Amino acid sequence: MNTQPTWAIETSGLVKVYNGTRAVDGLDLSVPTGLVYGILGPNGSGKSTTIRMLATLLRPDGGTARVFGHDVTDEPDTVRRRISVTGQYASVDEGLTGTENLVMMGRLQGYSWARARERAAELIDGFGLGDARDRLLKTYSGGMRRRLDIAASIVVTPDLLFLDEPTTGLDPRSRNQVWDIVRALVNAGTTVLLTTQYLDEADQLADRVAVIDHGRMIAEGTTGELKSSLGSNVLRLRLHDARSRAEAERLLSAELGVTVHRDSDPAALTARIDDPRQAMRALAELSRTPLEVRSFSLGQSSLDEVFLALTGHPAEDRHAEETAEEERAA
Amino acid sequence: MTTSPDTVDSTTAAGGRLRTVLSAGERPARATAVSATLTHLWRAMMAFKHFPVQLIDIVLMPLIFLLMFTYLFGGAFADSTEEYLQFYLPGVTVQAVVMMTVYTGTSLNTDIHKGIFDRFRTLPFWQPATLAGSLLGDVLRYVVALATTVSLGLLLGFRPDGGFLGVLAAVLVLIVFGFSVSWIFAALGVVASEPERVSGTSMIVLYPLLFMSNIFVMPETMPGWMQAVVDANPMSHAATASRELMHGTAGFWDVGLVLCVSAGLVAVFAPLTMRLYRNKNAH
Repeated sequence: MNTQPTWAIETSGLVKVYNGTRAVDGLDLSVPTGLVYGILGPNGSGKSTTIRMLATLLRPDGGTARVFGHDVTDEPDTVRRRISVTGQYASVDEGLTGTENLVMMGRLQGYSWARARERAAELIDGFGLGDARDRLLKTYSGGMRRRLDIAASIVVTPDLLFLDEPTTGLDPRSRNQVWDIVRALVNAGTTVLLTTQYLDEADQLADRVAVIDHGRMIAEGTTGELKSSLGSNVLRLRLHDARSRAEAERLLSAELGVTVHRDSDPAALTARIDDPRQAMRALAELSRTPLEVRSFSLGQSSLDEVFLALTGHPAEDRHAEETAEEERAA
Repeated sequence: MTTSPDTVDSTTAAGGRLRTVLSAGERPARATAVSATLTHLWRAMMAFKHFPVQLIDIVLMPLIFLLMFTYLFGGAFADSTEEYLQFYLPGVTVQAVVMMTVYTGTSLNTDIHKGIFDRFRTLPFWQPATLAGSLLGDVLRYVVALATTVSLGLLLGFRPDGGFLGVLAAVLVLIVFGFSVSWIFAALGVVASEPERVSGTSMIVLYPLLFMSNIFVMPETMPGWMQAVVDANPMSHAATASRELMHGTAGFWDVGLVLCVSAGLVAVFAPLTMRLYRNKNAH
């Protein structure tokens, strides 16, 4: 029992089919213990289906999935003793107070009433929720709720924590708090599987990242490796008049020497560049023409851009699908 | 970056304090089935405590029926409203409990869709405790509904010949009956796509069952085929048992039949519901 398996999660050819669609399509995932592993992918990429299978909530249709060496289908109870799940897959009780939620979680995991209450109080204080301990959860702000959600997941510190888009919709301060909590957990020895739509978040937290699309893994590695496969900066440009986009595109691609992409916004262009000075020169050139630029920005690659680079198609959010529809119609 | 201890304390105090509350590998023994069930029962009681407003629904419905039927139809159904009250009160208690069982289905359905049950399903305890605890919590509602209905009945002039013990026995039998019926709606609550579906479907089933029974009138004046329906209806058995117990004339068979029907309902619907719950979304 003392020899900890090297892998927190190992899946092999994992498949889940919904109405004839392969939501997860032969996924091979190996997550080492003791680090934060990020799964990046747009909505509908198979992220949540994968996590639901790993968390024993959903039965795989094919392949195998093991958590600390235990098969999720054959030994769900053993797996459940090692994991915790937060977020959209497993919520907290809005009709109870913060303290009551934590007491309930402690009781269900085998604590006595006294110890469960003690543990709840410790966690409430540790997570800075002291003022709200006796308030119903439905009155909590987004950040407080997220913190309580994580607290509920670590009443008994899990060996593996599934964190589902932990900072979506949070303000920057709450987001930093959540990130600190995740780091503290990993320092204490918990392995964290994080799903996110933000490359920035994966960059901040994850040691390794898998990018998945259509239920398949399309890239895997450290965030550094992932980004080095792309240009390091992205120039985004929005024109005053959508009709002048073709001309601006010509000018920019000539000046930057890279392919300029047409954004789904008809007045916008994006380009990946290696050196910010290229962008400055191109913008200076642009300012000498009659073309009017409404705004521009220089930043890191977004997940959309990672996707564009890795798959040749944009992340299929609703917006992108609409664009695809329009293109077909045209 | 995740291994540097410096970053933990950097942005928020929460990060620093947090390290002290990580339970450092402490792993309690698995909760027993009983303690998991009691915890879920406790959850139901806390919900009750926080939202006492739901009591109004529970209490008002039987009261309205009691007042309406006694004073509107009582004189026509029986010789006087007082006389009808003696007949109807034990019946309206059946109605009160059975209508309440629908809440079991709608509240289960709400819990499932809010995701809290998914959290429970990732925890290592005896999984049927979630359902068993919720249904036991609903027993509290039956107690409240029965107590208020009987109390109002007494105020209006209900005089049970069976005395306090007779009424108590009737209440206990009705609680058992309600608990059994609630498993039917629990099954519906697990499979239904939304809470409104549960209450809609339930009402379509329940109203004919409640009215085609001897809760409101004895079946003597009904056509023969309907008498057969009324006699076979479990609602009639429950109403008869309640009536006989409250008025002190109950035979072994009246009560035994209701308890048998209850046991049968639980034997069929409890395993079915738990099976449906276990497989919910698992495929």
